[in-house]
Amino acid sequence: MKCENCNKAATVHLTEIRSGKKIERHLCEQCAAASEGVPVKGGHTPINELLTNFVMAHSGLQKDLGTTCEHCGITWAEFRQHGLFGCEHDYDLFEKDLSPLLQRAHESATHHTGKVPTRAAAGTGVPKKRKSVDMTKLKKELQRAVENEDYERAAQLRDAIKEAEG
Amino acid sequence: MKLSDLTTRAGEWLRGSGPMSEIVISSRIRLARNLAGHRFLARASRTERNGLVKQISSVLLDNPVAPNSFYVNLDDAPEIDRNLLVERHLISKQHATNEGARGVSISGDETVSIMVNEEDHLRIQVLRSGLQLDEAWAQINAIDDQLEGKLNFSFHPRFGYLTACPTNVGTGIRVSVMLHLPALKLTGEIEKVFRAAKDMKLAVRGLYGEGTEATGDFYQVSNQTTLGKSEEDLISDFRHVVIPKIIDYEHHARKTLLNDRTTALDDKVCRALGVLRTARLMASEETLFLLSHLRMGVNLGRVKEVDIPTINELFLLTQPAHLQKLQGRKLEGDLRRAARADFIRQRLNGN
Repeated sequence: MKCENCNKAATVHLTEIRSGKKIERHLCEQCAAASEGVPVKGGHTPINELLTNFVMAHSGLQKDLGTTCEHCGITWAEFRQHGLFGCEHDYDLFEKDLSPLLQRAHESATHHTGKVPTRAAAGTGVPKKRKSVDMTKLKKELQRAVENEDYERAAQLRDAIKEAEG
Repeated sequence: MKLSDLTTRAGEWLRGSGPMSEIVISSRIRLARNLAGHRFLARASRTERNGLVKQISSVLLDNPVAPNSFYVNLDDAPEIDRNLLVERHLISKQHATNEGARGVSISGDETVSIMVNEEDHLRIQVLRSGLQLDEAWAQINAIDDQLEGKLNFSFHPRFGYLTACPTNVGTGIRVSVMLHLPALKLTGEIEKVFRAAKDMKLAVRGLYGEGTEATGDFYQVSNQTTLGKSEEDLISDFRHVVIPKIIDYEHHARKTLLNDRTTALDDKVCRALGVLRTARLMASEETLFLLSHLRMGVNLGRVKEVDIPTINELFLLTQPAHLQKLQGRKLEGDLRRAARADFIRQRLNGN
């Protein structure tokens, strides 16, 4: 079989279902790499890289391939390949694409809750410690401690609740 | 204090003491931190990398966060020393094999280690034996506070502590509890633990963390979520829900073995002891499995003549780097396996 674009032998065969219609394409390695984002490197490409590139090329994320961080030189595609950012500025630069990934990795969380360094707290007005006592959380924990028959912990929690209620 | 002082004694995590130490081997908490104004390591130039080591190591040397701390420059440490630190859980495998300027600061009692230039600029770790998560958190939180006074950590109002990999962003915390679960493995119920852990978004890994298989029935359970959950909430979940549940499962499985399958249990334990006491060539993986069965036998009172500290010591000292360090020479293949078998026979036969 010949490649649709040029006359070389077609070695990449793609089947795509688009609005219910089956579209088959037969390409040579070079044309496949150029038009479909299927990379070809000496015939041995790890399957994960193959899939990543393919998905990247078809997920509409190409638009960000152009954005390059001025501080570390990384692009979104490079980040996706290795999973590591190049500098602290990347979090803001790629925030839009990053958010869904973060939500998937962190049980739908979107914001940090937890420790805040004193320096940052002083600079931004973020409170150093989170709200001092969260009643609902304490009560939930108390219930859990009782269920687990951890009475020592339950007693501590009961006292904490009492103290907080004043 | 220096590296060679560590070789002959059991590391903190295998000391075999602490609450629930029958099942809980160790509790570990690590925090990932980066310095503001510096690129992450994947994109840092050689000069920047060297500068980071210089800045951070001098802060660690001038302001020790724990007694008798010492700093090891891993860039020029021999391979055997780097592997020794991996076997003692003081550095990651990745940190041992990486290249370029990097190091680790270790406290005299080995409860604190701070990796410099691993995946992040700093990876602070506190490791304690048994179930001691609250203690570990109090300690590491104080260390983090102390370092924060000297180093400007990269922090984002929305994303929290910024890390090279977004799977660590937020608190940058990883809580890991190492468990010995031989009975769940023998009764085939370990899958239940895996499923429950997965439901709770926890990872279950082998002895040496990321990318390692569970050997000798040791499992590390750790969190994956670092964003949107405070350090205290996470630790409380581990301490009061996750770990007690797994301990209960294992206790239950041990009871079942003891009551319903006594002969099969004794057979496993006695075979383990028999092989360990008589074999002439021992591979390290087989050693871990046999010691695991023996450890269970001792904990269940089926073997009286061996004690837990001896077994814990054997777990550590029969690992490749330790074994070679103790023998004072490089050993490969059958020579190493023979040395291991000799060492075990000596310790277990009391001569």
